[in-house]
Amino acid sequence: MLNVKEIRKEFPILQREIKPGTPLVYLDSTATSQKPFAVIKAMDDYYRLSNANIHRGVHTLAEEATAMYEQARVKIAKFINAESAHQIIYTRNTTESINLVAYSWARANLRSGDLVILTEMEHHSNLVPWHILQAERGIELDFIPVTEDGLLDMDAYKALLGRGPKLVSFAHMSNVLGTINPAAQIIRLAHEAGAVTLVDAAQSVPHLKIDVQSLDADFLAFSAHKMCGPTGIGALYGKIELLEAMPPFLGGGDMIREVHLRSFRPNSLPYKFEAGTPAIAESVGFGAAVDYLSALGMGQIAAHEHEITEYALERLEEVPGVKVFGPSAEHKGGVTAFTLDGVHPHDVAQILDKDGIAVRAGHHCAQPLHEKFGIPATSRASFYLYNTKEEVDLLINGIYKVKELFG
Amino acid sequence: MDDLYREVIIEHYKNPGYRGRLDPHDIQFADNNPLCGDHIEISLRTDESGTITDARFNGHGCAISQASADLLVESIIGKPVEEVKQLNKQYILDMLGIDLGPVRLKCALLSLKVLKAGVYGLGEASDSLVE
Repeated sequence: MLNVKEIRKEFPILQREIKPGTPLVYLDSTATSQKPFAVIKAMDDYYRLSNANIHRGVHTLAEEATAMYEQARVKIAKFINAESAHQIIYTRNTTESINLVAYSWARANLRSGDLVILTEMEHHSNLVPWHILQAERGIELDFIPVTEDGLLDMDAYKALLGRGPKLVSFAHMSNVLGTINPAAQIIRLAHEAGAVTLVDAAQSVPHLKIDVQSLDADFLAFSAHKMCGPTGIGALYGKIELLEAMPPFLGGGDMIREVHLRSFRPNSLPYKFEAGTPAIAESVGFGAAVDYLSALGMGQIAAHEHEITEYALERLEEVPGVKVFGPSAEHKGGVTAFTLDGVHPHDVAQILDKDGIAVRAGHHCAQPLHEKFGIPATSRASFYLYNTKEEVDLLINGIYKVKELFG
Repeated sequence: MDDLYREVIIEHYKNPGYRGRLDPHDIQFADNNPLCGDHIEISLRTDESGTITDARFNGHGCAISQASADLLVESIIGKPVEEVKQLNKQYILDMLGIDLGPVRLKCALLSLKVLKAGVYGLGEASDSLVE
């Protein structure tokens, strides 16, 4: 059992009052998570004591900084059960990780007419890179449909696989519906059809125990800032044989083995894909976030979130005029997107903000999904390890207030 | 701030005085904010001297977008079109009398964008109209 009361004390921002007497009720972790003192301190210490550029210096600080950067990589690899740290490429975020696969793997392997399968519930970061490639190269795109219950239509998926796709790229957990998709099954079926797979794990790595070997994922992308780490850094995991065969992504320093006036030789993995001075302090923060979550245990975190989500769904269902999108609690992570009859999501979020309650309003970078459900926007409350049932109660009270104001 | 929101925004959202469409009209334009589904259409009647004699708005969306449309349309009746062409972001902010962050500001400015695109006779409304 998580001791949430103690955990909350470790997050300085949760002590903040939005206005005097109104404490912050942060229900927007799907957008970005809050950071524990341990992560903030790790980055602060790095700048105070060990800051230097990595990989090229021989002096003490450079050696320390390099060690910290690489140690964090090892921690991240272990966190998702990657076989080797060389399979973890530091990127800026999930979006950049997906773009890396699109620019490097896809450009080397996909030709005009090749099929990429996505889903109707994707975040724009797993749609737009493929739109760009389609315009450039004439690849074909098709989409696993989402059912009324917010689940992927697996029968439709199997039918799509019959067309011999080269890549299946999908969200492990939807940032709107909260749907936890059957990733292992999707990947197995994709492999049987001869396709490579890319998992958008931006929402799943922070909230569930992920094992890339047991999933047998070819590529997996995630961000530090959604898992108690800093913004500006993320990771791409890839199978070694795939990464070895891929051409470089960005060109510049550090991703090279040698450079002459008219030519270069790329570096070995993972450095081949890490050009220029990276976000070193952020890598330290990333490693500290992994330590923090590992100490609590992802199983515990997932169980706590599940409890809060179940409670939130129960309470939301009580409110007349509220409609929650997505599946029932058993298929759902801690994300609840909802509409309130007669009140625009922006207005809901604005009124809730007056009570210090932070939710998100809009299409959450998933316009096609909202189009599918015939709504322009939703309000979204999301939960993480530091949220409580009391906060859910405050959310519900807030929604009743909105109803009264607009009634 | 609370009470102002309530009075100004919610009042004009629930009970707009100028909702509708003028037929016939001299100027009409519509646009939306696809990010959140706000939609505004404005129709105007003018006389020979270029003064706005009547104005209405239609649309759907969040309280701020609809309320500011109602207030805007009410305020321009009797104004010359040339004066309306000069209206800017500050006019809307002064009119609403509340602080708005950049996200909600877009909601408030939609009706001004539509109005200016209409009076300038443009093909589409752009953000530069409301800087």
